[in-house]
Amino acid sequence: MTSQVVENVLQALVAGLLAGAIYGLMCVGLGLIFGVMRVINFAQGDFMMLGMYAAYYLFLSAGIQDVFGNIIGPYVAILLSGPLLFLFGYAIHRFLISRVTGRRTAQLEGEGHFAQLILTLGVALVLQNGGLIVFGSVLASIRTPLSSSAWEIGPLWGDFISIFVNKSRGIAALISIVAMALLAVLITRTRIGKSLRASADNPVAATYMGIDIDRSYRIAFGLGAAVTAVAGGLLATNYPFHPYIGIDYVIVMYAGVVLGGMGSIIGAFWGGMTIGLVQQLSTLVLPTQLQNAAIFVVFLLIVFLRPQGFFGRMVERT
Amino acid sequence: MRSLVPILIAALIYACLTLVVSNSYYQLMLTLVLVWASFGLAWNIQSGYTGLVSFGHAAFFGLGAYTTALGQIYFDLTPWLLIPIAAVIGGVSGLLIGFPTFRLRGHYFALAMLAYPLAMLYVFEWLGFQELTLPIKRDAPLAYMQFSDPRLYTLVALAMLLAIVLITRAVERSRFGMALLAIKQNEAAAEAAGIDALAWKLRSIVLSGAIAGAVGAFYAVVLLVVTPPSVFGMLVSAQALTVAMFGGVGTVWGPLIGAVILIPVGEILNAELGARIPGIQGVIYGLAIIVVILVAPEGVFWTLRDRLRRGARTAAAMTPELSAPAAPLAPADTRPAGQPRKPPSGEILLSVKGLSKSFGGLKAVQDVSFDVHRGMILGIIGPNGAGKTTLFNLLNGFLPPSSGEVVFDGRNMVGCRPHVLCKAGVGRTFQIMRPFPRMSVRDNVRVGAYVQAANEQEAHHLAADAVNRVGLSPVADKMAAELTTKELRLMEIARALAGKPRLLLLDETLAGLGHGEADEVTAIVQRLARDGMTVAIIEHTMQSMVRLVDRFLVLDHGAVLADGEPEQVTRDPRVIEAYLGKKWVAHAQA
Repeated sequence: MTSQVVENVLQALVAGLLAGAIYGLMCVGLGLIFGVMRVINFAQGDFMMLGMYAAYYLFLSAGIQDVFGNIIGPYVAILLSGPLLFLFGYAIHRFLISRVTGRRTAQLEGEGHFAQLILTLGVALVLQNGGLIVFGSVLASIRTPLSSSAWEIGPLWGDFISIFVNKSRGIAALISIVAMALLAVLITRTRIGKSLRASADNPVAATYMGIDIDRSYRIAFGLGAAVTAVAGGLLATNYPFHPYIGIDYVIVMYAGVVLGGMGSIIGAFWGGMTIGLVQQLSTLVLPTQLQNAAIFVVFLLIVFLRPQGFFGRMVERT
Repeated sequence: MRSLVPILIAALIYACLTLVVSNSYYQLMLTLVLVWASFGLAWNIQSGYTGLVSFGHAAFFGLGAYTTALGQIYFDLTPWLLIPIAAVIGGVSGLLIGFPTFRLRGHYFALAMLAYPLAMLYVFEWLGFQELTLPIKRDAPLAYMQFSDPRLYTLVALAMLLAIVLITRAVERSRFGMALLAIKQNEAAAEAAGIDALAWKLRSIVLSGAIAGAVGAFYAVVLLVVTPPSVFGMLVSAQALTVAMFGGVGTVWGPLIGAVILIPVGEILNAELGARIPGIQGVIYGLAIIVVILVAPEGVFWTLRDRLRRGARTAAAMTPELSAPAAPLAPADTRPAGQPRKPPSGEILLSVKGLSKSFGGLKAVQDVSFDVHRGMILGIIGPNGAGKTTLFNLLNGFLPPSSGEVVFDGRNMVGCRPHVLCKAGVGRTFQIMRPFPRMSVRDNVRVGAYVQAANEQEAHHLAADAVNRVGLSPVADKMAAELTTKELRLMEIARALAGKPRLLLLDETLAGLGHGEADEVTAIVQRLARDGMTVAIIEHTMQSMVRLVDRFLVLDHGAVLADGEPEQVTRDPRVIEAYLGKKWVAHAQA
């Protein structure tokens, strides 16, 4: 009896960590955009959806399946969807978002927040419904033979407990973590990363230092879209998806970003990880339908109790 | 009442249109336009006027819709009763949601609001209310708001919308609306002007939630089927946001314009092309939003209005300038400069004892004590970073002190919020000016008057009087954004005066003014003092102050360096040292 409980808890914990790693990567994408530009991007979920379909079509129609096979192929396609979405995000910022951010909005009501919100809402509507037209409403999924097999950990604790780790989820989580690590290097070590952080911290001072903030913003937007898209592709190897899937995840992403503290990239990853854990662990005590309600409750609690998030810096006025 | 005419005419035209349309699909569309316009107005009352964007109005809408559905299914109540009940539920949930959530600002507020309806969505699904159908009442259709003629729905919706428009306009024109606009434009200034920001924000979300609840309840009656995604879903909140922002935020016309344009476009597209190209409605809808935001980022209403005004102004500019240049300011003080005023004799109005404030390790204000007598002008001077503004922030309640007492008129005011202190009689201006830029001078000042005024009329008089006292009457109708620095400084003084303060805190009122301008402002401050006002004024240059003040308080590094008569303080070697450095001390004394 007790061993059954322990096994369930451990299993939920593992499931939470695996889902959390992907959510974490997804949140990092949004965290980049939100942290650097302070723009609430409603279309982030739909960028993820595009990433899923990009990987899907790259895999099936662009010959990747034939070249790399069924096991490696999906992951190659997923990684390739990143650059595609980078270009897409870059273009969206260049032609749309940049018109309602930055200097131009200073004289607008609420510094243009209204305009940014509704613009990204418009983009989200176009992408969702355009997705419906182009991709159809049939559930799609990136199937890999790995998703029906698992590694068994154990038996542990005198043969009573063993934990199963689904192979495709495990690999997806691993790729997420590697991608996150690469991104961390990019942000902290490279010139581009430094200019992004400078633009986030103090756009005006960054301009004086010769940084082209508009370019930083475009790169952040493209990079954010790409990272979330890759996370979406990884998710798609385990869950079927449809053109409207973005809405479900945009909330998860914002919850994660706020949890981690706005402006903190690594924080966003841990925020997403927390969401994954809360979601999976809540199934132990709550009915499955309330999984997402639990996420929102935790989200609200964190916002009220610690609005700067786990990793946000307290900015003390002196 | 004159301005009601266009709205009534529009309603009449709409009613006629309703009676002409016989196709039941188009009739439903006419009803839905009104429903979403009403919902947009509900959103506007909270988000449009306070500037705190809510993504969560579906919470109120959904609760309203489920009130009708559950009330009719389980208790056999009529919608005529359930809609008011839904309004009450919406209002109460507005209070419950607003109370914790208003502690958050900006993006955090918007995102937290997003969570409420979505959490409710899952809870209602879990409760097993995936799809509720309202029972058909064949025996008493009218009693259950089940009209056989769909035109009646439209007319009921029209009546409801008119009522909401009237409520919105009543809000807009009263101190309620002024308070919300002031909060939106500058919350700190609003608090300092005596506005209890939290209380007004709560009132706005209660009213907004109540209206949204009623609208949601009616929506359920019209559609007869309620599902969690259709009333709690993200698209519902987005709908309110979209019609309001598309049309223009913070005006009664915005949501109306937005709904009238967007809803039929979307519905017609859906009907014409929806079967062949599913999703075309959303695409066109999204594109329309994108185009409007790029072309008219503040919404259709404001953009059109600005364009019309600009047109009018260029037309006016063609005709020769008739209006005389702004009248010179009221005559300055006639008292010869330098002549000592009667020494302030009154009792102590403000007594500060051992006041300290630290931010982390930084001691911004350390153990400051001084008294202000009734009728005197106290000059608080000190170099940059001496803690002057922090001291004011402690005095008017923006910051709680780490220790010490602020006794105003015999009461210890430590821990009171700014609006409470304002009501008690402490008015202030700001070093970095905080006007409400999109309001006229008169309205800016009026916001300050509400703290003492019992009604609109009195507020109007107090404001007019205050504007007159600082000599701004000639520009009273200008927008604050168009004023010069001097006029803004004076307007801030007037805004503080309108609340009939007994102590006026002026924070670097002379900063950024030219010589002549500074003299004018100084003269006005002197006149106020002669009329019995007690003033504490911050400045970092001593020069302009020597002739103005009765007493100096010199701060350096947060502590009192000197306190005394101007002649005495200006010769104090420590003061000279703080200002000019050591080597000047000997020089100055020579």
